[in-house]
Amino acid sequence: MSEIKLMKGNEVLAEAAIRCGCDGYFGYPITPQSEVMETLMMRRPWEETGMVVLQAESEVAAINMVYGAAGSGKKAMTSSSSPGISLMAEGISYLAGAELPCLIVNVTRGGPGLGTIQPSQADYFQAVKGGGHGDYKLIVLAPSSVQEMNDFVNLGFELAFKYRNPALILTDGALGQMMEKVELAEFKPRWTSEEINENWGSWATTGKPASRKKNVVSSLVMGSEEMEANNLRFQEKYRMMEEKEVRYEAFQCDDAEFVLVAFGTSSRVCQKSVQIARAKGLKVGLLRPITLFPFPKLVIKELARKVKGFMSVEMSAGQMVEDIKLSVYEAGSNARVNYFGRMGGIIPSPEEVVEALEEKFSWEISYGVKRSY
Amino acid sequence: MELKDLIKPENLVYEKSKVQEDTYMHYCPGCSHGVVHKILAELIEELGIQEITVGVAPVGCAVFAYNYIDIDWQEAAHGRAPAVATGISRLYPDNFVFTYQGDGDLASIGAAEIMHACNRGENILVVFINNGIYGMTGGQMAPTTLEGMVTSTTPMGRNVDLNGYPMRITNLIAQLPGTSYVTRQAVHTAGAVRKCKKSLKKAMENVLAKKGTSFVEVVSTCNSGWKMTPIAANKWMEDNMIPYYPLGDLKDSVKGV
Repeated sequence: MSEIKLMKGNEVLAEAAIRCGCDGYFGYPITPQSEVMETLMMRRPWEETGMVVLQAESEVAAINMVYGAAGSGKKAMTSSSSPGISLMAEGISYLAGAELPCLIVNVTRGGPGLGTIQPSQADYFQAVKGGGHGDYKLIVLAPSSVQEMNDFVNLGFELAFKYRNPALILTDGALGQMMEKVELAEFKPRWTSEEINENWGSWATTGKPASRKKNVVSSLVMGSEEMEANNLRFQEKYRMMEEKEVRYEAFQCDDAEFVLVAFGTSSRVCQKSVQIARAKGLKVGLLRPITLFPFPKLVIKELARKVKGFMSVEMSAGQMVEDIKLSVYEAGSNARVNYFGRMGGIIPSPEEVVEALEEKFSWEISYGVKRSY
Repeated sequence: MELKDLIKPENLVYEKSKVQEDTYMHYCPGCSHGVVHKILAELIEELGIQEITVGVAPVGCAVFAYNYIDIDWQEAAHGRAPAVATGISRLYPDNFVFTYQGDGDLASIGAAEIMHACNRGENILVVFINNGIYGMTGGQMAPTTLEGMVTSTTPMGRNVDLNGYPMRITNLIAQLPGTSYVTRQAVHTAGAVRKCKKSLKKAMENVLAKKGTSFVEVVSTCNSGWKMTPIAANKWMEDNMIPYYPLGDLKDSVKGV
């Protein structure tokens, strides 16, 4: 019997962590996601499932606690918001370099710097292009509802362990703070020592039984040839993710002449924009990337061959628009790619999105054909 | 009598610990790291805890500690070993987890992590090698570099007006209620090695008895960084380092005091 509740996005992240058998949460308070740790501390999962919850002295320490726990084959997670994720960037790079699975949640706020505490999507580049030093990628999931905040905790862990790579949920202050109906996941027990040894015994530092060689979790390689071989292996892993793990949702794209591309909170706005535009007689659809890395390139390439244009709608200065442009370029299409967004913690209104679309594609709308350059 | 006649079990007076890997160490001749590694390997074997021991290696000369002791290891980011050890120890409370850190790693970039891990009383052992210099990067000033000491970033000697004072971080650690045993040792003479081993054994037993953080500083030489022969480095350490970092127990108590 599934349990349906009205909950805040941040509270759901905590609840979903407990229910999916997470072993440890390590975090540091920062608005707008402090409810994640607060909820966990109120829920006292250590009494119920044995899950450890610890407030670290900094985000730097929190991500390194995650490293220690993840290196031991445990399901470890942390959550933070933009400035805190910047502090974690070093640790995230080490996690990727040592090929450790873990879950990181960024409940994004406006930047740069201390910025604002209102919702933003300005950490897109940081999330999908690496964020820390070195050539690495995270698996990036972008929920657009409280339900997906719930679902992606378990999915994030599954993908992280499948690829031995950190997964990141890129959400924002609006989704973290909003309350919605959510169907909670069923309880899954935490992994037993036997399961950890059986599944991750080839690399996890559980303590070395006489029956196996020692496990060393490290991202350090002294020889450049060996390091390049590591890098090639990582790149192959990222390529596999691109092949197998792309997730997106297409909304009224079948007959669309213009496609809005938006994720998370801005995709919710764009659903309404599509309705408004359609009422005006404009054939507009919405493509919502669910995985930001791997980015849904193929579907954009397919759409690029038939639509007149794309408009990336972002709560940032235009970051995802670059990935859309790359996909359109790779398709050899001359569909135009525009961007519209608000920054600093402002969520665009559905009406201003439609206005921007009409203005940026005025040629195509007036003459009914693609504008050539 | 032939040599082969002497090689008999009853004539054995010393044997390399089986927990120590059968390999060459990368440390410079005269360096203290090798001795401390050897002691740790011996104690892990003597206490029979190889299967539950997880080491956390630092960034610094001991970054390759994992090559020398046959246990599970994690290699931490610079200064973050106490946080990494926290993550391991909290999820494997019955395992014996230790960090092995140098002065730059522990007292400079990792000052926050060590303070808070010790303050929380994480049930871990911290081995702190203090040789007053950054060895791996080529001999730069460390927080524990003595006043007037020449390093590659204090070529005229450490000037306290510019660089501040050499930090007795172990004294600060001893103030934290989370720690139960805090001591400062050395390994430059046979007697010092024996004392250091005794201290490390006690620290390890404390962790196995879940008494909170045990912290063992080992005042050490870096003859390469100090630009001295091993013998001269030992002498210099006795004359200069030990007066500022006196050996002995700083705290032997129970967690919470």
